[in-house]
Amino acid sequence: MNIVSMSILELHEAFMKRQLTFEEIIEAYLRHIKQQDKTIGAYLHVASEEALEKAKAIDEKFRKGLPVGKLAGVPVAIKDNIVTKSMPTTCGSKMLENYKSPFDATVVEKIEAADGVILGKLNMDEFAMGSTTENSYYQATKNPHNLKKVPGGSSGGSAAAVASYQAPLTLGSDTGGSIRQPASFCGVLGLKPTYGRISRYGLIAFASSLDQIGPITRTTEDMAYVLDILFGHDERDATSSKNTVEDYSTFKEQQTPLKIALPKNYLEKGVSDAVKKQVLRTAEQLKASGVEIDYIDLKSVQYGLPAYYIISSAEASSNLARFDGIQYGFRPEGDFDLDDLYKEARSQGFGKEVKKRILLGTYALSSGYYDAYYKKAQQVRSMIKSDFDQLFEKYDAILTPTAPTVAYDIGLKTEDPIEMYMGDIYTVPVNIAGLPAISVNAGYDDDMMPIGVQFIGKAFDEKTLLKLSYIVERGVKDVE
Amino acid sequence: MSSSYEMVIGLEVHVELKTRSKIFCSCDTTFGQKPNTQTCPVCLGLPGSLPVLNEEVIHYGIKAGLATGCKIALKSKQDRKNYFYPDLAKAYQISQYDQPLCEHGKIVIHPGYDKTIGITRIHLEEDAGKLIHHPVEGTLIDYNRAGVPLIEIVSEPDISSALEAKLYLQKLRGIILYTGISDCKMNEGSFRVDVNLSVRKKGEKTLGTRTEMKNLNSFSSVAKAIENEYLRQIKVLETGGTITQETRKWDQEKNKSIAMRTKEDAHDYRYFPDPDLSPIVLSEQMIEGVQLSLPELPDTKVLRYIDTYKLSKEIAEIICIEPAHANYFEATVSCGADPVVTANLMTGEIFKQLDKIDDTLPPFTSEALSELVQLIERESINISIGKKVLQMMFSEATFPKELVEREQLYMIKDEVYLSHLVDQILDGSSKILEDYQSGKAKALQALIGQVMKETKGLADPGITEMLIKRKISK
Repeated sequence: MNIVSMSILELHEAFMKRQLTFEEIIEAYLRHIKQQDKTIGAYLHVASEEALEKAKAIDEKFRKGLPVGKLAGVPVAIKDNIVTKSMPTTCGSKMLENYKSPFDATVVEKIEAADGVILGKLNMDEFAMGSTTENSYYQATKNPHNLKKVPGGSSGGSAAAVASYQAPLTLGSDTGGSIRQPASFCGVLGLKPTYGRISRYGLIAFASSLDQIGPITRTTEDMAYVLDILFGHDERDATSSKNTVEDYSTFKEQQTPLKIALPKNYLEKGVSDAVKKQVLRTAEQLKASGVEIDYIDLKSVQYGLPAYYIISSAEASSNLARFDGIQYGFRPEGDFDLDDLYKEARSQGFGKEVKKRILLGTYALSSGYYDAYYKKAQQVRSMIKSDFDQLFEKYDAILTPTAPTVAYDIGLKTEDPIEMYMGDIYTVPVNIAGLPAISVNAGYDDDMMPIGVQFIGKAFDEKTLLKLSYIVERGVKDVE
Repeated sequence: MSSSYEMVIGLEVHVELKTRSKIFCSCDTTFGQKPNTQTCPVCLGLPGSLPVLNEEVIHYGIKAGLATGCKIALKSKQDRKNYFYPDLAKAYQISQYDQPLCEHGKIVIHPGYDKTIGITRIHLEEDAGKLIHHPVEGTLIDYNRAGVPLIEIVSEPDISSALEAKLYLQKLRGIILYTGISDCKMNEGSFRVDVNLSVRKKGEKTLGTRTEMKNLNSFSSVAKAIENEYLRQIKVLETGGTITQETRKWDQEKNKSIAMRTKEDAHDYRYFPDPDLSPIVLSEQMIEGVQLSLPELPDTKVLRYIDTYKLSKEIAEIICIEPAHANYFEATVSCGADPVVTANLMTGEIFKQLDKIDDTLPPFTSEALSELVQLIERESINISIGKKVLQMMFSEATFPKELVEREQLYMIKDEVYLSHLVDQILDGSSKILEDYQSGKAKALQALIGQVMKETKGLADPGITEMLIKRKISK
């Protein structure tokens, strides 16, 4: 069997049965990345030697009969806004070219504690701002299903790596859809957990109240397998939840039939026919599997997008202020007084999209405008939350498209930001409400581009999302 | 001219809390360590780091609030104050904007008069690092101070003179010292004062435009800066000008202030709730618990001193300003010294000497002071010799009894000897005698003074007076 096409469960099992050493697994991946990533461009950094060394050490531990963790045999790659001590962390920005963090993110520690080995760092839109991964200072990542198309973003590297078998598990971050939309575009499974479920310690903040780290895998079983490793309280993140972490491995066990809502107004305008058709097909398929579906209206969604762009940009303007050329990161050549040093460092170090959002956010927080923008956006936030709360009194989950379209051509939307922002319309309300949501591949359009659907769940009810994802996944397999 | 104006002053005081670790990380807060040795990713604001509020800081903040009569908010929040400066690693300071931890407090200032100064609010925030301007290497940054917890105590504009400002600061500093939440060292920057001052014609109700004065390193700088700014503003107004709302920097050397920035170029701090931190939510029980942990505060202590030790209100107030003094006083009294004599010596000679050496406590123990007080009480020495012995105790570490013996300072009570001495003096001063007999009471003091002079101040003043009176009324 081809090592790189094995699932996480298969890799771990093969390792535990001593059919494969971790070293062999890593070697296979490194070979594949070397050959494949020239065309995909998912990785910004491949830690070849370090990964091999770590794999050998785990092999050695296992040989000695010592216990190994759940991720022994599993290579992992992570988005380049999650800090790593041994590898650079660039955030896809010139500002952090060659930046090396003196500490590891909590998720990195958790992966390593579970004996996972980190292969490298993945491309992204600069500071996670974008929907195509074209905003990376370093390279544009291609969609493995069609190299002319974008992989989505901002976690485009994370989704493309999984889709092109360059990693069985990657981590992305999702502020307004940055895991789910690329997962949809690349035909893989992407989860944005409940806000506070995974520690943000070590995630370079874009918008702190919306950011969540989440995994991308190829199968629901793999997804269920890794969640308890990543989830849990972290005393270094004051926003991380103390709720107990469930046993997700039992997600297939039958319980009472699920009841879900499908907001029909989500399918009214702005959505492509292929996506609309797919969502309706998926709804039928769910019904056939015993899931009850109600067609409802979810009105507050229309305010979600503007509220999102105000809140996220406001927080970003503050979070990104620390990149000033003083302590670390890009520093312009030449002699400047303090004000000019700030101006030059930030003008040259940040890309266009980042600067645009900093300006937008600074404006929204300015005295005299705060009430009209930031405060209003927070009111919308409360409204959206309570709308979801009401729905979840009756339903176990909500089904929506992940994105209005399938992956589009590289370069197509970079000149039309509004249209690109519209692409986040189904995903941002989830972040605004702090809820968990999963994007699962539901099928393909006529050009064989993947179409994802999104399930939004109750806070901390990731398990229901796994159940639904599994049903959809089996449906796709049946068709194939 | 100036007498027709009054000043309106509000003070902002930043107090560094002496919690073991910083406000959002576990770094040490000890002052004066090697630059950048007490830092971590959090207080350096490195990408990916997150703040977690140190619970001890909340407790300390509540203590400050309760000790100044504030209402403690059951829910307060933490906000980001955004501005660029190299000592501010994150380019925002985590502070509290519109929902501070404590509000609506007051303290009473004295001695001399009892005036209540309102406390508008007390909020929690983090300190910034420090820029060090090096002649060769340029400007360097020390982040050891970054993230040290601060409280900012904002007064109402109830203060109307430099003296009141000083009394307010003394009282406030004392209260903070009692609570034990800070060592309030102005020279180490753990007690920093900004002055907001405006003037108006007496009797006017509306406030004038105010300026904010920074860089005040001592209580005397505060007083000088207030006097200076008061006169400057009056001069501007009297010459037809208007006061610009601005921040000014006090220059201690030149005894004057210079404008730093006006309102127009003031920062727009773009305050907003810090999304990395949850609101601070407190329970009534928790606040009660902190209340119970507070020590006796100066106002209560003063009442007790008046009641138990029979001190005058003013003396009690002076002794109670600083806990170090009150503790020293109580320790001396508990060694058997008379409280009134002790308090008088402390607020007199001892404070005078301490002012000279710029210290809080004398170099001798409360046992030593008690011994001295007891020598005075038993009339082994008189009060002026007592003061002389005190001076000696400031310069050498010897117990008072030993000093009195060594220097032969015991009071001369020998009536035969003193009687003889009085005779001698009376013989040689017929003028004084005449004065006395013609009713000039001062003459008696002059005669006593002569005896004291002859005995180097050792004569028992009571016996001496009795002897003189006896002899001259013959």
